[in-house]
Amino acid sequence: MASDDLWILGIHMTKFGKHPDKDMVDLASEAVLGALTDGGVTMADMGVIAAGSLMAASAGIGQQLQKQLGQTGVPVYNVANACATGATALRVAMMAIKSGEADMGLAFGVEKLSGAGLLSGGSRKDDSGVFTPSGRHGAVAPVDGRIGTEIMPGVFAQIGMEYGHRYGGTSFELFARISEKNHSHSTLNPLAAYSKKMSLEEIMGDVMIAYPNTRPMCSANCDGAAAAVVISGAKLRTLSLGQQRRAVKVSASVLTSDPWEESCQILPDVNTLTRNAVTMAYEQAGIGPSDLDLVELHDCFATAELVHYDNLMLCEQGGAVDFFNSGATWRDGSMPVNVSGGLESKGHPIGATGIANVWEVATHLRDEAGPRQIEGATVGMTHVIGLGSACGIHILEKATV
Amino acid sequence: MQMANQIPLVDYLVLGDEPHLVANECTSCQARYFDRRNACASCGLTEFHSVTIPTDGEVRAFTIVAFAAPGIPTPYVAAMVDCGGTSVRANLINVPADPDHVSLGMQVQLATELIGTDDEGTEAIGFGFEPKEG
Repeated sequence: MASDDLWILGIHMTKFGKHPDKDMVDLASEAVLGALTDGGVTMADMGVIAAGSLMAASAGIGQQLQKQLGQTGVPVYNVANACATGATALRVAMMAIKSGEADMGLAFGVEKLSGAGLLSGGSRKDDSGVFTPSGRHGAVAPVDGRIGTEIMPGVFAQIGMEYGHRYGGTSFELFARISEKNHSHSTLNPLAAYSKKMSLEEIMGDVMIAYPNTRPMCSANCDGAAAAVVISGAKLRTLSLGQQRRAVKVSASVLTSDPWEESCQILPDVNTLTRNAVTMAYEQAGIGPSDLDLVELHDCFATAELVHYDNLMLCEQGGAVDFFNSGATWRDGSMPVNVSGGLESKGHPIGATGIANVWEVATHLRDEAGPRQIEGATVGMTHVIGLGSACGIHILEKATV
Repeated sequence: MQMANQIPLVDYLVLGDEPHLVANECTSCQARYFDRRNACASCGLTEFHSVTIPTDGEVRAFTIVAFAAPGIPTPYVAAMVDCGGTSVRANLINVPADPDHVSLGMQVQLATELIGTDDEGTEAIGFGFEPKEG
């Protein structure tokens, strides 16, 4: 291992789902203690802490955690970056190590979202008073539902439909089949919020949220946390052979935002920033898509998974429909995608998501994924999108010690 | 003709005999914005002028929202419409909100509709796109 390499030394995720008896600090503590134990280190070894939580970053969730696990006085960065919050926290800890400010650091992400419902879109009351233009559009009344939609299931539905308009081949059934795959994968994941197999008929017949996304085609709001201990190659060399063998190499860590595109003020463009990020990630890692053994990508909605096959260059440009129909992305296919069950079944506790997907890939690279193990996995990739937008990508490799 | 007691739902909708949308176009790179911008997100310069957006367009993406925040009537069709190269966010109106009546690539035209009336009797007029006749 080269001195300037970055490694995951320890990593852990809680079960995703409903945790009514645990608050956010409890969940974060469980994940962090798990990651520290996994890495064979303690809070005293952490030179930096990055704390990701969309809902609690402004409340200093990082320092709240320290009050329970150890007030060591190290710098704490509380991070919020939409649905890329977890990946961003991870990257903050990595940047501190890359810069030489620390040789070991902690990143965690946590959220409590059970029963949260729609996370965007304005409610509307009866119009009353006197119409007065306000805001940057000079609106005299709320516009959600009057000028398009602001709800995420609807936004991401359009993102999938726009891909269909551009390249053809999409249908309600196609998108539902993507969801069928992820729900099928989830049956092997005991940490998933929902691990029930769902038939195509059940998925298509479920409650419609925003066509073509029915409820099981939407990411599941839930509670959960994940944490990782990151370490420099130089420091890792000073640890035991056992720790070195279980460490997972971070071959690429990239964060991008959305560059200006003609239609991005109308419909968020999740494509360009993902393409930009993955291009940088493949270059950093010195690999290409064909080297990947598994991918955990941001299926916040079934309609989103399709476009990211293309954006992550897992298939030829415009070829995502054929790629999916070939069976490639099922766990026994040539490019297993979301073998954890994805956000649609594993769940999407926003701050935790971008570290939990790293845990999933790392667990396969360590050959510790049990019944859902992708045999012989040596390289994997994680991807998240935070609308607004942010894209986080990590490429991970098995240790060769 | 615009009635004296009407107001557009948003300031980029121009009412009158031929209702249409206007955008703020960057005088340098021609990027277009429906909202007020401090500077151009594409090139960073700060000069804009107003341009008229064609009222005919093509549906590039849509969704039929069946579940929305409290108070918002459903179902409704939300869409991205390509109006001569400028993308517009709008609802599709005067068409049943089901996938049998709405399709990708559908040709549409701007239409206005009454949003509500305030305490002084002023009508707020919104816009959407409806299937193009003929």
